Amino acid sequence: MREKRAVKTESKLEKILAAGHFAVTSECGPPRGSDPEVITHKGNLIKDYVDVVNITDNQTSMTRMCSLAACIRLKQLGVEPVLQMVTRDRNRIALQSDILGAASFDITNILCLSGDHQSFGDCPNGQNVHDLDSMQLIQTVRYMRDEGKFLGGDDIKRPPNMFVGAAANPFADPFEIRVPRLAKKIAAGVEFIQTQCIYNLDKFELWMQQVRDRGLHEKVYILGGLTPFKNAGMAKYIKNRVPGMDVPDDVVKRMSDTPKEKQAEEGIKICVESIERLKQIEGVHGFHIMAIEWEEKVPEIVKQAGLWPRPEVN
Amino acid sequence: MIVGKQKPLEEIWDMVCSHKNLLVFGCNTCVAVCHEGGNKEAESLASLLRMKAQQLGVDMTITHSGIERQCEHEFFESVHDQIENADAVLSTACGIGVQFIAEKFDKTIVYPGLNTTFLGAVESLGTMTEKCQACGNCVLGVTAGICPIARCAKRVLNGPCGGSTKGSCEINKELDCAWQLIINRLEALGQMDSYETLAPIKDWSSDRAGGPRKQIREDLQV
Ligand code: SF4
Repeated sequence: MREKRAVKTESKLEKILAAGHFAVTSECGPPRGSDPEVITHKGNLIKDYVDVVNITDNQTSMTRMCSLAACIRLKQLGVEPVLQMVTRDRNRIALQSDILGAASFDITNILCLSGDHQSFGDCPNGQNVHDLDSMQLIQTVRYMRDEGKFLGGDDIKRPPNMFVGAAANPFADPFEIRVPRLAKKIAAGVEFIQTQCIYNLDKFELWMQQVRDRGLHEKVYILGGLTPFKNAGMAKYIKNRVPGMDVPDDVVKRMSDTPKEKQAEEGIKICVESIERLKQIEGVHGFHIMAIEWEEKVPEIVKQAGLWPRPEVN
Repeated sequence: MIVGKQKPLEEIWDMVCSHKNLLVFGCNTCVAVCHEGGNKEAESLASLLRMKAQQLGVDMTITHSGIERQCEHEFFESVHDQIENADAVLSTACGIGVQFIAEKFDKTIVYPGLNTTFLGAVESLGTMTEKCQACGNCVLGVTAGICPIARCAKRVLNGPCGGSTKGSCEINKELDCAWQLIINRLEALGQMDSYETLAPIKDWSSDRAGGPRKQIREDLQV
């Protein structure tokens, strides 16, 4: 058990982390349609195995049901959501307004992101906004929460009570600024970090070493990101096609050397082994399991990794 | 300088083909440097259009002319009549020149021969790159002389984003990540410490966001 930390919000995620437990988070992509069943189905699959569930915000710039509406659905199911919010599609008026909307439903976690460029999605001819960047969005939520004020300076009646997170990619380039960049996010006010998917554990360990050298692991909670491979094709695709991803050759080889019918199982095994290794790294406070369109595997991963049952907090 | 690119000939033809008397009108400054809209290019565009008219059996007169800059009154004096006598003008200036003609000659139809592409520099002969978006509130002093507003696809002021890969931007391997360039230069200048200073939320009111901009120098007013 780690040392306990003070709690500043009503977030269950924060309480679990502050109590010194490993947190387990997951994510759901809202549907490309208005059927609420998709979210409730995914939510029900994983609700007893994770502490909170992130809802992505038009990820890869594909137009989907909005993150806020899907978060409300989850909340109604009794699952605590993490509202992902990208700066690509909204200016500071819309961002603040959506934060208040979320707060009105007592959504207590937010993840501040810049968002993939719209050229990856279904509206490559659209504009992007980027009025704020992700660090400035972190600052904005903290300001609204801690000062109880809008960016424009006016008081907010019943300010948002949100635990503020961001993403970090230990594998993106340039590597030398990956830690300074985390320090910068902490200075902006971030409280938890969910990392990009970790496949290159050696490089991740090196990053964590640098994080600890600066004492940053004591200022922020770090949740290691994991995405299990469904098959060898997915491993290759992520390695070669997804910007900012680092999949070592031996991991791809391990997947492709496995007979087709056993590849899914092997993908889960790699994921569980990674969690076991991450648990040993000082400063790792939890796991963010992103089983893309494979949510039904989350319970298995959580159980195999010895992270079940989930702790209760009040 | 302002960079432009000639519109496809078909598109130009569709705009101008109904006029009997067309003047193709060059602008010999920025868009001449990028070899798209100078007086020489106006001349060749006029001959291409003449050929097209001939091929299609369309009866029209196409002349060409040009001035040094289509964005200042004084250069227009010598060509006033040419413009007034034409049914329509195909300007190969940037959008500023096209609008300047429209404002000055209220009875003359004017068409854009170019797409105004960006504010940029001549990287090498024939290669122009965007450098500035005229946000009206320059940040180059804290970004090692490289503009993240014009040169980062997400204009992040505290970059890079997570998509930066081996020096390239996430949207295109051929495109340098502006933040990689900024960091390289901060390193070269021994200024990496300043990387951790948070760029504040930007006041975009001096940008396009604040509405069309106007600048007045009282001391130069006559
Ligand atoms: S990769 Fe670099 S240039 Fe491209 S959007 Fe990200 S920070 Fe901007």
